[in-house]
Amino acid sequence: MKTKRNGFAYGILLVSCAVALFPFLWSAFAATHTNTQIYQIQWALRPGTRLLSNLKDLTASFPLGRNMFSSLFIALVYTLGILLIDSMAGFAFAKYEFKGKGFLFALCLMAMFIPTQVTLIPLFIEMTAFHMIDTYWSVILPGFASIFGVFLMRQNFMAFPGELMESARIDGAGDFRIFARIVIPTMKPALASLGILSFVNQWGNFMWPLITLNTKEKYTMPLVLSLMVQPGYVTNYGSVMAGAMLALLPVLVFFLLFQKNFIDGMLCGAVKG
Amino acid sequence: MWMGPPQPVCGGPFLDDRQSLTEVFMRRSIYHRSVPYLFLLPFIAFFFVFMAYPIVFSLMLCFGKYKSASFTFTGIGNFSFVLSDPLFFKALFNTFLMMVIQVPVQTALALILASLLNVKKLKGKGIMRMVVFMPVLLDAVSYSIVFGMFFNYENGIVNNVIRLLGGDGLQWLNLGWLAKTVLIIAITWRWTGYNTVIMLSGLQNIPEDLYEAASIDGAGRIRQFFAITVPGLKQVLIFAVILSVNGMLQLFTEPYLLTGGGPVNETLTIVQYLYKKGFKSFDFGVASAGSYILVLIIAALTFLQIKVTKEDKGR
Repeated sequence: MKTKRNGFAYGILLVSCAVALFPFLWSAFAATHTNTQIYQIQWALRPGTRLLSNLKDLTASFPLGRNMFSSLFIALVYTLGILLIDSMAGFAFAKYEFKGKGFLFALCLMAMFIPTQVTLIPLFIEMTAFHMIDTYWSVILPGFASIFGVFLMRQNFMAFPGELMESARIDGAGDFRIFARIVIPTMKPALASLGILSFVNQWGNFMWPLITLNTKEKYTMPLVLSLMVQPGYVTNYGSVMAGAMLALLPVLVFFLLFQKNFIDGMLCGAVKG
Repeated sequence: MWMGPPQPVCGGPFLDDRQSLTEVFMRRSIYHRSVPYLFLLPFIAFFFVFMAYPIVFSLMLCFGKYKSASFTFTGIGNFSFVLSDPLFFKALFNTFLMMVIQVPVQTALALILASLLNVKKLKGKGIMRMVVFMPVLLDAVSYSIVFGMFFNYENGIVNNVIRLLGGDGLQWLNLGWLAKTVLIIAITWRWTGYNTVIMLSGLQNIPEDLYEAASIDGAGRIRQFFAITVPGLKQVLIFAVILSVNGMLQLFTEPYLLTGGGPVNETLTIVQYLYKKGFKSFDFGVASAGSYILVLIIAALTFLQIKVTKEDKGR
């Protein structure tokens, strides 16, 4: 009886796993197909021979190396910046008493409930005024105002024992030194979570780069892919899929290497899109 | 070297007035007072420039016209424009319709998968949990394109399978309700596993002996699911629902790429409407007013959902 019931559970779970994996496998194979094969059911999940020519097609219409660089640069600089800025701010909120703390904290809390769509137009006007439209910085900098990471780091710093900091202070260490040498090294799991979340979110970011970037060379991978399927273009779908797989690669590698941290990171965010 | 009295909270204003009388201590005191602000400075600078100011700025934009860097006050004109624009209501209707179908379906599926993955002595749980989570790895643009190809009328794989089984292919992306269905399927594919893992973490907090006691009392698995799992997960469920509702209300990339908002605006969402007003017709005032209406909707729904949980807790 028990095994029969588990058999039922297995059945449903295996079907779900197959459904979850199918689009990945299908698009990986599709990257090797011609435009005709890609739509033929007998070719689904069968390797074709066009991978190289599909990739070549892709590089013919877009400077793909530059686009991968744009994506990586934006996502990495953003992630490193967030880790530094948010851990410093989170530390201040968790471990210090100062004038205006309550006010600033409440302000941040309120802003967290405002969806990003509200700030898009003012940000666009600001970026135009700063002459930053169509630069990497226009994509990176606004993200540093995100409040989520500050709260996450604050939560983690609260658990750090105050006596440890106190004794370091008596030994003559300054606050910044205590922060960098004593506190931060204990925060690796939290930093890993925040880092993964920030990287993945920025890597897949679409709407804001779509608004600010407008030179082919600066486009990030999602922009490149979205432009390739715009109506009016004769699209080689095999090469779109090859591009999609390239865009997936860094995230997939991260995921396979740091599976547990990765899932924790994505969950700690619980922020969609 | 500082040798003041130990304080329960580290740093901050360390010295009281008596000590800061000497000049050395005075300098130290000023330094120490500024430490927390120095830590906060980078964040607060970005926060004010790219968050607080834009929020206030767009609130102002709601009440006027902004053309070539000059602003003219027009009162509530933008709001009355949005609230009398049939297209806005169409977008509102589409978004809500997809939301009220997608969120329950996804939540139910995730709940079922999570409780199956929580069955004791099931081999391969770890790997299955990982596989089910994988769809969120694919970025929103890529998966939208892939699903667009799956549901292509002439030769998408879905219609090919239907024809293979002897049916007629469906006009997936050319009929309003089918296009909405495609969006719902795609979004559910991407986010169900993510919600499953959220719920799995909630399931860890339900004590095992509850299930044991129930099975001694003769309750079957289905009965246990409704009597123990669902009530025990209530908080996590509401959390997941709030996330999904907010995600659906802010839907943009999927309809932008999969359906283009079509056919004939049948899948146009609120955020797509805002995007069109703001960055296609550059009607900043109208787009800002619309975005604040969205804020009110999200706030009201979040409040409602939190209230539902609170009330239940008091009981």
